[in-house]
Parts: sequence; structure tokens; C-alpha cells
Amino acid sequence: MAEVGRTVRRVGIFAATTLAMAAWPALAQQPIKVGLLEDVSGDIALMGKPKLNGSQLAAEEINKAGGIMGRKIELLHLDPQMDNARYQEFARRLLQRDKVDVLIGGITSASREAIRPIVNRTDVPYFYTNQYEGGVCDASTISIGAVPEQQFSTLIPWMVEKFGKKVYTIAADYNFGQISAEWTRDLMKKLGGQVVGEEFIPLGVSQFGQTIQNIQRANPDWIMALNVGASQDSFFEQAAAAKLTIPMGSSIKVMLGFEHKRFPPPALAQMHATANWFEEVDTPAAADFKKRWRAKFPNEAYINDMGYNAYTALYMYKTLVEKAKSTKKADLRKVIATGEACIDAPEGKICIDPKSQHTSHHMRLIGVNPDHSVRVIKDFGLIKPYWLGEIGCDLTKKDPKAQYTPTSLPKK
Amino acid sequence: MFAEIFSILYQFADVFAFLILAAAGLAIIFGMMGIINMAHGEFITCGIYVTVICVQQGMPLPLAQAIGALSAGLVGIALERTIIRHLYHRPLDSILATWGISLMVTQGMLLLLGSSWRGIGTPLGSFQVGDYTFSTYRLVLFGAAIGVLAGLYLVFMRTGYGIMARATMQNAEMAQALGVRTQHMYAASFGMGAALAGLCGALYAPTMTLIPTMGITFIIESFVTVVVGGANVLLGTAPAGILLAVVRTALNAWYGQIAGQIGLLIAVIVVIRLLPEGVSGWLSRRER
Repeated sequence: MAEVGRTVRRVGIFAATTLAMAAWPALAQQPIKVGLLEDVSGDIALMGKPKLNGSQLAAEEINKAGGIMGRKIELLHLDPQMDNARYQEFARRLLQRDKVDVLIGGITSASREAIRPIVNRTDVPYFYTNQYEGGVCDASTISIGAVPEQQFSTLIPWMVEKFGKKVYTIAADYNFGQISAEWTRDLMKKLGGQVVGEEFIPLGVSQFGQTIQNIQRANPDWIMALNVGASQDSFFEQAAAAKLTIPMGSSIKVMLGFEHKRFPPPALAQMHATANWFEEVDTPAAADFKKRWRAKFPNEAYINDMGYNAYTALYMYKTLVEKAKSTKKADLRKVIATGEACIDAPEGKICIDPKSQHTSHHMRLIGVNPDHSVRVIKDFGLIKPYWLGEIGCDLTKKDPKAQYTPTSLPKK
Repeated sequence: MFAEIFSILYQFADVFAFLILAAAGLAIIFGMMGIINMAHGEFITCGIYVTVICVQQGMPLPLAQAIGALSAGLVGIALERTIIRHLYHRPLDSILATWGISLMVTQGMLLLLGSSWRGIGTPLGSFQVGDYTFSTYRLVLFGAAIGVLAGLYLVFMRTGYGIMARATMQNAEMAQALGVRTQHMYAASFGMGAALAGLCGALYAPTMTLIPTMGITFIIESFVTVVVGGANVLLGTAPAGILLAVVRTALNAWYGQIAGQIGLLIAVIVVIRLLPEGVSGWLSRRER
């Protein structure tokens, strides 16, 4: 009897275990862990907060619609506070301890370059969601933001034609500012223009009296404004107070730091920029997106470009995972290699370029009016990220994990 | 030619004003009490935000700025009474405590007030000299820096409080034995230092981006000036301001802001190597 009883019990346990195992995937699918590194405190918190919000909005929408292949998205956000050492520490924590499926984030190019080698030692894909100075040819990195061939190759010829051939560059003194200034030099040379002055400014500097005078002495036709961070934005107020009314162009102003909302007019009048997103985009899809954003975050000061990119990045990830039926980097890259990695974003249909793993964008040239409203001057339509492919980066064949610039090209 | 010379003088005045206004409050607190106030930047931020709030409520800017400075002073006195006074004679602990306060205040402000505010705009317009145009308000800042230095001289040299404060600074026990209520001296000095930091913020509020961490942008310049100036506000801060402003203005003009920043820091290293007690230590030793 005892023998039979034990057998029955064993069968019971076996059956229960089997049932539980069968029910497991349906009842409680493991969530997809998304590691987020976004600065929501420090000198660029005002730009970083919308990034976090964008990711949260996308995650909420995707989860409500059933997740990614039935798996919910779980966001794990850490705030590196614009400190590159913290970026590295937190990237290691997310990758090694939390074992995230994908890493998204980083604002400054310095922070991206700080964590790229760490990501590269793992098999986790990394989405960088900012516009930047371009050139990263790295199989682990998928770039969602706009790059110089979308921003500078459109803006600079227009500025030269409209305002003249003499430019003065002010740029933040780190890799973004230095390489963007290099792009400006390169394009100006090709257009027969002249860089009459170049000034690099340490991050955190907030006083620009001498810079303003230096610009007036050089007497340029227009200014390339590549100053970064809230401190350096004080330039606009101080230049306006000193009546420096030279036209300005930029790849980061208005759509990222919404300077036109933060400074009283007419400090930003005469500013021109090229962007794939700015809150003033006025299409039905954009209006719908803005409505959903404002419903969740009614106090958002400005839905900026990097917040928008962070939002689209999660949808791009969802598309890649669903097409690959896997979260593995190698499988996602197979989808990218087909050239079919596309989503319908609020700006329109955008795709990841197989060679460079950068994203095509609908680019517009915008200008700030004297009352700080924004007008669209020129619509360039969809522009592909072609530069890396042209200079010989082809991630479907080779992974150099390098960053190239106009003066630092891959060896042929 | 005149425009060039005027431009150089104007830029010098601008850098000088920034150094003096940023450093005055820190110098008083350090000189009088030996406290290295790591929350200096947050007193500046306090002055800025109170000024902006007052302007938004419709007050004229000068009145708003006075209220901004005053409220930073009151916060300073409250802080001295509750926390700082327990930390005299414990300079290392005071650094830690004020730094902690600084972290809590900036993060608290970020959570409560949001990551950025709309600016209030620089008043007074601009004027032209030769090919250059200048902001008129910057001359007001220079005037305010001179005013702060003159005011400190009058307060410390010509008032009863000044005599007692200097006595406390030189020898607290002896001053106490002679009937000076040193606790009151310390509270008043800390309040005055905080108010001057608030004044700095109030004066620069119209010219800058408004974010909760903006006080930090003043920190390098204020510490550098105090280190070069030494413990005596009256003897040290003004010469330190002149010296550093000359170095920075020259380098800014020739090679841009990076050179200016590097030059400023090298100047500090050279000065503290040659004059470990700062300019004021050197001057007071020469007098003896």
C-alpha cells in the first residue's frame, strides 16, 4: 500500500510539474529587459528628461498592445548624471548584473564613446538615440539619430547661399564639438567658403563676453553654433544683450535644447537648424504623437528631438525582434542586413541602413522667427545615411568598431 | 584703436566682476570662520531663483535682486544656526556637511522646480564703440563688483561690527574674553557671505540659462579667487581678482576660452606654489 501511495504521489507531482511548465510561457513570459542610460540630472537634464519620457511612453504603448512577441518591456533606467565614469559603471551593471537584452541611451558623444567598448565585450545590441557628429562604424551600435550628411550637408550649403561664405564656429570642446567643427571646415572648403574663426569652449563655461567680441572682430556672415549644455547656452542671451545679430546655424539648437522656449525673444531669432524632429512639426502623424505624449506628460516643456528618437528606438527594436523572432544581436543584424528594418515613425517611414546601421530621416530646415516661433524653410524629404557607406564602412562584411571623420577615413 | 582699447578694458572689467562677485561670499565665510562652504553655489542659485520668481510676479528687477540677495542671507543664517555652528573647529566635517547640503538642494530643486526655466532677459540694451557692440548691463555688473569691495571695506573698517568681526577673526577666545559675542559674529558673517553669494546670483540671473545646477558654473572661479586671495577678504580678494582677470582676459582674447581656462588654473598653481597663504598672506607679512 505504502508503495502504491508513493507512486501515486510521484505521478501527481510529475503531472503538476508538467502542467506548470506548459503553462509557464503563456502565463508569465519573461519580460524583455531594456537598459536605459539617460542623464536626468546635471547640466543637460533638461534635454535628458524628455528622452526618459519618450522611452516610457513607447514602452507603455507597446506593453498595452501586447508587448514584443507577447513579452512585456521592462525598463531599467539609471541616471549617469553626465559623468562618463558613471556611464561605464552603470553600463557594466546593466549588462553584467541585470543582464539586459538591449542597451539604449547616452546623450553626449563622449558618453557613447565611453560605453561602446564595454558594450562590445558583450553580445548585447546598443541603440544610440541622439543626433551626433557621425562616423561610428560598429556592429553592436545602431544609431537612431541624424548624422552630418543629413544635418550639415543640407544646412551649410543653404547658409552659404543665403548669408555668405564666411563662417565663425563656436563649439563645445569635446569630441562632438571638435568633429562637428571638422565637418564644417570640410564642407566650407568644398563650397569655396572660409572659416574665419573657430573657438572651442570647455563644458560648463557660462561667460561669453570675449567670445562675442572675437566674433565681431572676425566679422563672419554667419555663426555655426555647436555649444553644448545649459551653461554654454548662456551665449545666446549674452550675444543678444550685446546686440550680436549675425545669423546662426546649428545641428543641435532648437530641436534638442529648445533654446527658443527658454530665452526671451529675440535671442534665438536668426537661428537655423536641420532636424528630423522638432515639436513644431505639423503633420497628422506628428500631431497624434504629440497628443499621446502630452496626455502622459502634460508638463513637458518641449518634446525634443532626442526624446522623439528614444521613442522611435523602442519601436525599431520591437520591429527588429519580431522580424528576427529573437532578441539575439546576430539575429537582429540579419534583419538589418536585408534592408527591411523599417518603421512608420511620426516623421514618416524610416529605415536602418545595412552598411552603417544608421537611420534614414525626413529632414527639414527650420528657422526661428523674431517672436521665437519656428518656420519650416525647406523640406529635404527622406535622406539616407550615405556617408559611411561611401567611405567604405560595410558592417555586413566587416566590423571595425571604429569612428571615422572627414580627416580620419578607413584605410583602403 | 580706441575701440580696441575699450574692448580690452571692457572684457577685463567683465571677467573681474565675475570673479569678485562669485568669490566675495565664499571669501568672507572662509576668511572669518575657516569654513569651506561647498554649498556656495546653492546660495548663488537661491539668489537667482528668488530674483526670477519676483520678476515673474511683476516686480522691478533691482527690487527683485535685493530680495534675492536678502533671502539667500536669511537662508544662510538659518543654516548657520541649525547645522554649521556645530562644525566650527571641524573643517573637514564642515566640507562634507555643506557638500551634502549642496547635493540635496540641487536634486531637490530639480525635482520640485523642473529641469529648466524660461529666462527673464538682460535689461538696459547695448551701446556701440567703433565696430563693437557691448551689453550695457555688464557695466552695471562691474559697478556692483566695485560696490561690493567698497562696501566690505566700509563694513569691516568703519563699523563696530567690523571691528568685532576682525577681532573674532584674529583671535576668537580673546575677543570672547573682551565681551564680543562670537556666536553672533559668526552667524552674521555667515549670513553676509550667503547674502553676497545670493547677490552674485541675483545680478547674473538675467544673463544666464536658468537650471537648478547653475550655481556650479560659478564655483571654479570663486574657489580659484579665494585660494589666490587667501584668508583675508579685504587684502586678498581684489588683488586676486585683478591678477586672474588680467591672465584670463589676455588669454581669452588671444587663444580663446580654452586658453583662458587653462591659464587661470595655471596661475593658481603658480600663486599657491610661491605664496602658500595667498596674496593676502603675502601682503600682511610684508607689512610686518
